[in-house]
Amino acid sequence: MSDVNAYERTEEPGFGDYVALLKPRVMSLVVFTAMVGLLVAPVPVHPFIAFTSILFIAIGAGASGALNMWWDADIDAVMSRTQKRPIPAGKIQPGEALGLGVALSGLSVMMLGLAANLAAAALLAFTIFFYAVIYTMILKRWTPQNIVIGGAAGAFPPMVGWVAATGSVSLEAVLMFGLIFFWTPPHFWALCLFMKSDYADAKVPMLTVTHGHDAARRQIFIYTLVLATSALALGFTSIAGPAYIATALVMNALFAKGAWAILRRTTEAAQADGYKVEKSFFKLSLIYLTLQFGALLADAALRALGLIGGAA
Amino acid sequence: MIRAEHELHQRRLGRNVGVALSLVALIAIVLGLTFVKVTRGGGAAALEGFDHAVRPGITTPETTAGEGN
Repeated sequence: MSDVNAYERTEEPGFGDYVALLKPRVMSLVVFTAMVGLLVAPVPVHPFIAFTSILFIAIGAGASGALNMWWDADIDAVMSRTQKRPIPAGKIQPGEALGLGVALSGLSVMMLGLAANLAAAALLAFTIFFYAVIYTMILKRWTPQNIVIGGAAGAFPPMVGWVAATGSVSLEAVLMFGLIFFWTPPHFWALCLFMKSDYADAKVPMLTVTHGHDAARRQIFIYTLVLATSALALGFTSIAGPAYIATALVMNALFAKGAWAILRRTTEAAQADGYKVEKSFFKLSLIYLTLQFGALLADAALRALGLIGGAA
Repeated sequence: MIRAEHELHQRRLGRNVGVALSLVALIAIVLGLTFVKVTRGGGAAALEGFDHAVRPGITTPETTAGEGN
């Protein structure tokens, strides 16, 4: 945990520094996946209620980001990727991040409950708790499986969006959850393969640090196969149409091919070409998730236009 | 009168304006939500239905068996 005396204020914080506490880049992914979860649900939602629901799901995610930055300020100060975050940079005090995180958590859960329903609000509260407490405070510094279980926090937004529209969890919501949950390990471990020194310096038990690169390569391949199974299973549900099925077939084949290429490489070969394959796999993982959720949205649009049959 | 303008003042102004705009946005959202919830189909009647006295006239009539087929 962070030492409150360790970060002396070096300059007056601007509004943007407080926004940075909410991890805007993570929020943009949350907005996108929560929006898909809400819009593909077979229940029409008033546009203003949909907008408000997605906004407060995003603010809830931002609040958990602020709590994460409060707790992890000591780690962030060590890693080059995170040294410029507002707390280690000396712009914002840890206590301010805690206050902002707690206040926005309460506000987002309350407002989602008022805008959508209590089930969605309860699920959002659990998501914030899971990310801030289960992942950040317990798993992250304890086990190399940290991001596997912690990845659930990032997988909840489409489920929260679905519950905001329908009021309950169903198979479609679980499989959308699975799409992000099983995608997180290969995505993150590929990043760890070419960012290895950062996590080792911060003493975070990343799989690449504790079990080595070969174990991480095997795990990436295994999780990619599980991910492909989960992604293709989603193709058999009522929310999937031709756009999703075509995208899932192509993207999972490409992703499995990339994971196979990573599995077959040695660390020496990777170092020789500057982790070229791992870096391209990481970029592919970002495209993978965007296209799969985008395809679900496209199918919902086709269904709304009456071009294909289905749930809505 | 002291009129020294410092970068610190600009940052504080930016922060205050940011907080003010956020609060205005929150008020607009609560107002918008209230409007949508109250005016949505059946919303007003459903609210009135929770009045202290039972007023069957304002609630949706239940369809009895055999009707509407």
